[in-house]
Amino acid sequence: MTKTEKKPGIVTRNLNVTFNGVPAIENIDLELHRNTVTAVIGPSGCGKSTFLRALNLMHDMTPKCKVTGQITILDKEITEYTGVELRKRVGMIFQKPNPFPDMSIFDNVISGWKLSGMHNKKFYNEIAEKALRNSDLWDEVKDRLKEPAISLSGGQQQRLCIARTLAVEPYIILMDEPTSALDPISTQNVENTIYRLKSEYTFIIVTHNMQQAARISDVTAFFYLGKLVEVGSTRKIFTNPDEKLTEDYVSGKFG
Amino acid sequence: MELNSITYSKAKLRRRKFVNALMLSLCVVSALITIIPLIYIFFYTTGAGLSSLNLDFFTELPKPVGEEGGGMANAIVGTLILIGIGSVIGIPIGIMSGIYVAEYSKQLFANIIKFLTDVLTGIPSIIIGIFVYGIIVLPMKKFSALAGGVALGILMIPTITRITEEMFKLVPMSLREASLALGVSRWRTTVSIVLRTALSGIITGILLAIARAAGETAPLLFTAFGNSFWSSSLDEPISSIPVQIFNYAISPYEEWHNKAWAGAFILISLVFVINLIVRIITRQKYENTV
Ligand SMILES: Nc1ncnc2c1ncn2[C@@H]1O[C@H](COP(=O)(O)OP(=O)(O)OP(=O)(O)O)[C@@H](O)[C@H]1O
Ligand SMILES: [Mg+2]
Repeated sequence: MTKTEKKPGIVTRNLNVTFNGVPAIENIDLELHRNTVTAVIGPSGCGKSTFLRALNLMHDMTPKCKVTGQITILDKEITEYTGVELRKRVGMIFQKPNPFPDMSIFDNVISGWKLSGMHNKKFYNEIAEKALRNSDLWDEVKDRLKEPAISLSGGQQQRLCIARTLAVEPYIILMDEPTSALDPISTQNVENTIYRLKSEYTFIIVTHNMQQAARISDVTAFFYLGKLVEVGSTRKIFTNPDEKLTEDYVSGKFG
Repeated sequence: MELNSITYSKAKLRRRKFVNALMLSLCVVSALITIIPLIYIFFYTTGAGLSSLNLDFFTELPKPVGEEGGGMANAIVGTLILIGIGSVIGIPIGIMSGIYVAEYSKQLFANIIKFLTDVLTGIPSIIIGIFVYGIIVLPMKKFSALAGGVALGILMIPTITRITEEMFKLVPMSLREASLALGVSRWRTTVSIVLRTALSGIITGILLAIARAAGETAPLLFTAFGNSFWSSSLDEPISSIPVQIFNYAISPYEEWHNKAWAGAFILISLVFVINLIVRIITRQKYENTV
């Protein structure tokens, strides 16, 4: 499978998620193409995280959470994957950097492999260096790979988490407000990383930062009260959206 | 504060100060009452026990009444064997049931198990002894090290289950999600990430359970029973420090009373050392997280 084809990486049809019977997102129909960066925006509580977590079966962990509808990931129904198979293809970066606290920087990068039972040491070094270079962290950490991951700054930790995800070579990377806990410079580092990697990966990034969405995404999807209001090219969404609601939100009239 | 106290009369203020001082001294006295028995026990057993403690105590078998010397070697080894059997049974069952309750079971079932482990913790240990007497000693028609070990194991299970569960609950959800999101299986995440993070806390709990089990006498009376020679196999009765102390202490002989004190001293030292290790482990844990 070549990664550069411009065909849908993710398709959702009539996607619904409920918690305790209360709907969090309703009837989401969305088609996201490979090797694009899609920004998911919308006010707090509108279901952005809920949508994202449906795409890598993370809701399986939550009791009393029900997901219905159809999700197709990389041309295959999501139900045909096991959680492990799917998440090797669909990685996720969280809002708060969450490196494994009692592992070294190096062990964190290769943790996806190591914990899945691959034990070729030589392979580890290659994987780690490549992933750290790709996440723009290599120069900062190459001399301290054995140090604990929590000795890094918040921004470095987040790029370490990106490296850890890149190391397992997924096709799709989901990011839930990946820079909201970071300072402006770290934010820019992470954005640069995404920008540089977008020819190789499909990114879906939830963000509250309109400028960020405008800067790094090709496509923007606007959610409101659990529904998908509008999706289109980022330029269109930010300059000339079809819906009044979208215009009000992107221009900061509410949110 | 200042403003309020102005509205009090001088007398009221004095009364308040008095009550304050009274309560404070009561607290200090209570704290002293808490530690005095410990200090007393510690010094008394050290004083009474040390005098009859010598190398023979650790290497010799008990001597019959009237003969000088002898030791508790078989009881010391016996206690270690009983704790060993108890640990082999109690640690894996305790940890695995704790993991099940914390990570996998439905809420209702988890609550039932939690409630029952609390009840089990409160059951007098002599009843555990009678239970094991019923299920192992009677069918085998003899007292045995195995039965004693099982009794200690059952005593350890609820403590270890609860501490495992509680330590697992302290591991942040974000770590589990980080691991799962990398395509690591649920079970591997539980073992390599959650258990690993919770491990020092769980070890602390295990050590405390062992310290507790090491001093148990009642459940061993019906199970391991005790003897005054080396036991050759696990289906024979086996001696243990607490039971040996018990037998010596209720005897009418001065010489044996001294031996009982020496045994008590060994037991207390064991508990003391285990608690010291616990302190060191938890200190390290604390330093790691800061
Ligand atoms: N685990 C859960 N249990 C119950 N309800 C939940 C759970 N997770 C989310 N919800 C509910 O689902 C709705 C959508 O939440 P979600 O976290 O997806 O919002 P969001 O758009 O990501 O918000 P934010 O921008 O604040 O992160 C909210 O009403 C929330 O209360
Ligand atoms: Mg969210």
